Amino acid sequence: MIEVKNLTRNYGPTKAVVSVSFTVNTGEVLGFLGPNGAGKTTTMKVITGFMPPTDGQVLVDNLDVVEQSLEVRRKIGYLPENNPLYHDMNPLEYLTFCQRLRGVPSSEHTPRNRRMVEMCGLSEVLKKDIGELSKGYRQRVGLAQAMVHDPDILILDEPTVGLDPNQIVEIRALIKELGRAKTLILCTHILSEVEVACDRVLIINRGKIAADGTPDSLRAAASGRDRLFVEIRGPADAVRASLEALSGAVRVAAPSDGSGDDVAGRFVIESASGKDLREPVFNLVRDNGWTLLELRREVVRFEDIFRQLTADEMK
Amino acid sequence: MFANALTFAQKELRSFFNSPVAYVILTLFLLICGWFFAAGLFLVGQADMRDLFSSIIPIAYLFFIPAITMRLISEEKKSGTLELLVTLPVRDAEIILGKYLATLGLLASALVLSFAYPMTLAWLGDPDGGALVGGYLGLFLMGAGYLAIGLFTSGLTQNQIVAFISGFMLIFVFFMLDKVLVFFPGPVATVLEYLSVSYHFENIARGVVDTRDLIYYLSMIVVFLFLAMRTMESRRWR
Repeated sequence: MIEVKNLTRNYGPTKAVVSVSFTVNTGEVLGFLGPNGAGKTTTMKVITGFMPPTDGQVLVDNLDVVEQSLEVRRKIGYLPENNPLYHDMNPLEYLTFCQRLRGVPSSEHTPRNRRMVEMCGLSEVLKKDIGELSKGYRQRVGLAQAMVHDPDILILDEPTVGLDPNQIVEIRALIKELGRAKTLILCTHILSEVEVACDRVLIINRGKIAADGTPDSLRAAASGRDRLFVEIRGPADAVRASLEALSGAVRVAAPSDGSGDDVAGRFVIESASGKDLREPVFNLVRDNGWTLLELRREVVRFEDIFRQLTADEMK
Repeated sequence: MFANALTFAQKELRSFFNSPVAYVILTLFLLICGWFFAAGLFLVGQADMRDLFSSIIPIAYLFFIPAITMRLISEEKKSGTLELLVTLPVRDAEIILGKYLATLGLLASALVLSFAYPMTLAWLGDPDGGALVGGYLGLFLMGAGYLAIGLFTSGLTQNQIVAFISGFMLIFVFFMLDKVLVFFPGPVATVLEYLSVSYHFENIARGVVDTRDLIYYLSMIVVFLFLAMRTMESRRWR
């Protein structure tokens, strides 16, 4: 549905996006990840028609984003980064304004407004000016604006940034629901969001694509480690030595200083991705007569994949 | 198409009148005009709008018109709402036209409110109807031209103050053109005179509506509105 072909965009001498190519299929939810300044927002700005490519081509539903800009813009609902809004209008006025500009027939204005108010939870703030609303409510108004004309394609740039944890959960649930019916591009640097909601993930770094695939395939491809957090009461050195001797244990670290005998020691055991050492650890503790106080497993974290791929960022 | 322009116009007008802007501008404008009108009337004893038309209001325009237009595009750039507007399925022309129509509306309200003066004159004496109509038409066209200039300068920057000052300066140039003619050689002076706003205004104010004067104002409006469109970083220009 969306084809990006060798997209390049420069801001003067700065190359923000360098020959990026990818496709988004109909009905797919694509997570667009990258560190700040990687080129995510710039790419979105080209797709939505805010700026033209310096080089390359973007096709939305086989329509060129530059040549057939008006038609492309009709198909897209966009929530820009920073969610710009008109502060002197109230949500109802604003949504009606957007509907008029999108060519929605006036007979549909009220029912659609009602639906948006319901979906985005705006009923309590309808008569307040947007300037008076909290960030969470403003974000919901921005989301409502993007959806009100029922577009096939939704592009959301950092939709949950700055929201409190409750609001984040609500917005994420909404996004997940939307993803069922629409093609959605979610631009973010919050990794857990992507893991939960996306069919596919693109990681961009310094203007170039660093990874492209499903969350599972990326996890499999990455050389990450599973981690096992254990707390064992027993002679520290012996415990450590036995843990290290476990088949499949790649590394054993002690996050805290466990010194002396019979003091509960905390250890982190790293193993190859997919190797589950919980039973061996349990058996080890039982056979030696030690006490197992905590056993917790953590699979390869998306954060690690992300950091590996964008590692040179902070150098 | 045109409907979108009207939607924008309506939104901007609502914005003007929801904030102190419109009220402050209209009040101050009318106060200043009222003062000069009344002062002149009693001093001279003549039913005369000529001063108001030829000097007071044009000078007032220098300040008030950039004040009306200064936030129109610069605010959108600064708050980021321009990104939203430009990604909606509307043409740049519709956005600019809508904003421009709103400013014309404000200008028209100011001029209509000032009808109090000719009505006072009509009650006191016997003013020349033709000159009045000509004067107001000229003022409206002059204001319309200046508003287009102001809209353009608003698009040049994110900063409203800079928009105001550059609008003021550019309008001032057009305003001054016919007053500096004496410094220029013959042929250049003729060209400058044709380009000056006051020259065409005087023509219309005399009661003679010549197409050359209309074309002048229309060209000014079209050129500056086109330039204003250009400032919106549209996708058409790389």
